[in-house]
Amino acid sequence: MHAGVLLADARALCPELAVALGDPGGDLAFLERLALWARRWGPWAALDPPDGLIVDTTGVAHLFGGEAALLDDAATRLAACGLTVRLGLAPTAGAAWALAHYGPERAILHPQDSLDNLPVAALRLDPATLLVLRRLGLKRIGELSGVARDALARRFRNTRAPAANPLIRLDQLLGRVPEPLLPVMAAEFPLVQRRLMEPIRHRSLLDRVLADLCEDMARLLEGRAEGARRLELALWKVDGEVPVRKLELAAASRDAAHIARLFSGKLDDLDAGFGIELARLSAPWTEPLALSQGDFERAAEAHGTSLAACIDRLGARLGAGAVRRPAPVASHVPERAQRWVPPLEPEGAVQSELVFHARPLKLLDRPEPIAVLYASPDGLPRRFRWRGAVHEIARAEGPERIAPEWWRERGTVRLRDYYRIEDGEGRRYWIYRNGIDGDGRGGMPEWFMQGLCA
Amino acid sequence: MTVLTPLSAFARTKPLHSPASLPRWQPGRTTHALHGEVFAPAGEGSGAAMALAMAIDAAQAGEERAWLWVQDERSLKLGGRPYRPGLPGPLRDRLIHVAAKSAEDALFALEEGLRCRDLAFVIGEIAANPRSLNFTAARRLSLAVERHGVPLWLVRLDAQSDLSSARQRWQVRAAPSRPPHWNAAAPGAPAWQADLFRARAHPPGKWILRDEGTRLRAEPPHQPSHSVDLVSSAGDRPLAAG
Repeated sequence: MHAGVLLADARALCPELAVALGDPGGDLAFLERLALWARRWGPWAALDPPDGLIVDTTGVAHLFGGEAALLDDAATRLAACGLTVRLGLAPTAGAAWALAHYGPERAILHPQDSLDNLPVAALRLDPATLLVLRRLGLKRIGELSGVARDALARRFRNTRAPAANPLIRLDQLLGRVPEPLLPVMAAEFPLVQRRLMEPIRHRSLLDRVLADLCEDMARLLEGRAEGARRLELALWKVDGEVPVRKLELAAASRDAAHIARLFSGKLDDLDAGFGIELARLSAPWTEPLALSQGDFERAAEAHGTSLAACIDRLGARLGAGAVRRPAPVASHVPERAQRWVPPLEPEGAVQSELVFHARPLKLLDRPEPIAVLYASPDGLPRRFRWRGAVHEIARAEGPERIAPEWWRERGTVRLRDYYRIEDGEGRRYWIYRNGIDGDGRGGMPEWFMQGLCA
Repeated sequence: MTVLTPLSAFARTKPLHSPASLPRWQPGRTTHALHGEVFAPAGEGSGAAMALAMAIDAAQAGEERAWLWVQDERSLKLGGRPYRPGLPGPLRDRLIHVAAKSAEDALFALEEGLRCRDLAFVIGEIAANPRSLNFTAARRLSLAVERHGVPLWLVRLDAQSDLSSARQRWQVRAAPSRPPHWNAAAPGAPAWQADLFRARAHPPGKWILRDEGTRLRAEPPHQPSHSVDLVSSAGDRPLAAG
């Protein structure tokens, strides 16, 4: 009896067989959630379908008291979840896979250790390749690297897929060839965490933990002469969920009180459930920050906040898209002549506006149609109605003809004749006529209100 | 919040000065940071324009700091967004704009802006009379202005003049402009009919304010606009100097 037997054949041999339906989609979804959860042992985890997980524990083991303690912790936690696991820890993903599948229980690969005694199946090869190797009489990994290597290189010179070429797999195992699963370089970003004796369920305690984490992070960043631009706070809950809160700062900062204040605004909707047992703060994006800054909160009371801190606070409550700055764009179409950019982004070089173009102070988001009475189709109206009120035009300047941008718009877009007008009560507006009569791009031209002048 | 003592002080000092003994308001004399309110119709640009002109009028020469313009969603829909090419020249590249969803968010943004030492001034635009903009909210803003020295001009579009602690409260409408030199048929430099209906340091008064680029010029109201620039009798000199 082996895997892959038909159910009918198996039942014929053993009628009492207990049958459970497979659910590959559900298994994969579970594996994904488990991978998220498994990031408690390292900042980076990947799936190895159908039944494996790879966690990058580079630079993390000391938080758990060593590699063996880390594996023990993982085994205990996973067993508590009701899972049967085999664990291996090695410098490369391939070696860890080999140890987990074919090595001793909770194996750790040290530099002097050798994997030569493992079977070739530990190389993650497909069954056809394994069959070839078995027919060649190569059973152990060590046998591949000796005399056999040249012959194997010839034999597999045309196979590029790693799963079909044992030599590629061997090099991946030994770290001679990069494997795309792994990060290209060991990204050691600052990371602090607090493991809690008792799961916490109350906000005041969480705020305390958060303040401690922020202070740890500030100290860590100060040692590296860096400031955080992006921070991630992950909270491991007892029931297996990991809510993550992200924060971006307008300028690099390592002020603990400032960061804690911004995070606390994002924790209001957090459901602690049965409690939070592990809190971790990481800074995936940092920037050099040499000068030491004072205490934002106390300084803010006395001297006011800095612009970057102000923008952070506004962005944290209103959303980052709400705080912006207009930047000029090289376009003569009025609504395209400015775009909205993040407030502290440096301004690009753009030709300045022409001084003799009088532009309105404010532009409506969408030009509003106005009903006009006009003397001639090409002339200026005497009177128009906008939002229910009638305006007599007393003075006007124009037209300023603005043609559509033919290189980016469709051919049916009409040109616009802009007028700067003042009505009988002194209200100043910017209106335009869309098209001219007889331009062959639609019927009678319509009038629109686009801007309010000072 | 520590509002107790200033509030009682404000109530006590108010009746001590009779309006006649106070100096009349005149442009270019504001030296300290001020919380001002400008009531204006939503269908014209005069409210924000006058607030900007007042802020420029009070600003120090060589000001390089950024300034904040906060709008709630309704005022944004009614009056449009700031348009960079149309802003006064020296302010163009220093604007930071906040589009707040509600009046509460706008008030939060205003207060945060006032607490920021890197801002030259703050302009707010809030439409109608939201519940959150009550006397307490106005008082918070006034205190923040006085504490941190950042001027605030709050534009109220289509609003009733409710209870507020603003130090100057203006009612503003557009006024016919002077015809420019070269094209008498064109609209000229902005002008507004401004009614200072409540102020702490000045008696109430009405003026026609004209924007002259970097400073304001006040004229008595209902003066027939001259087609030539005559030296008018009361020009920009105060009627009661002193």
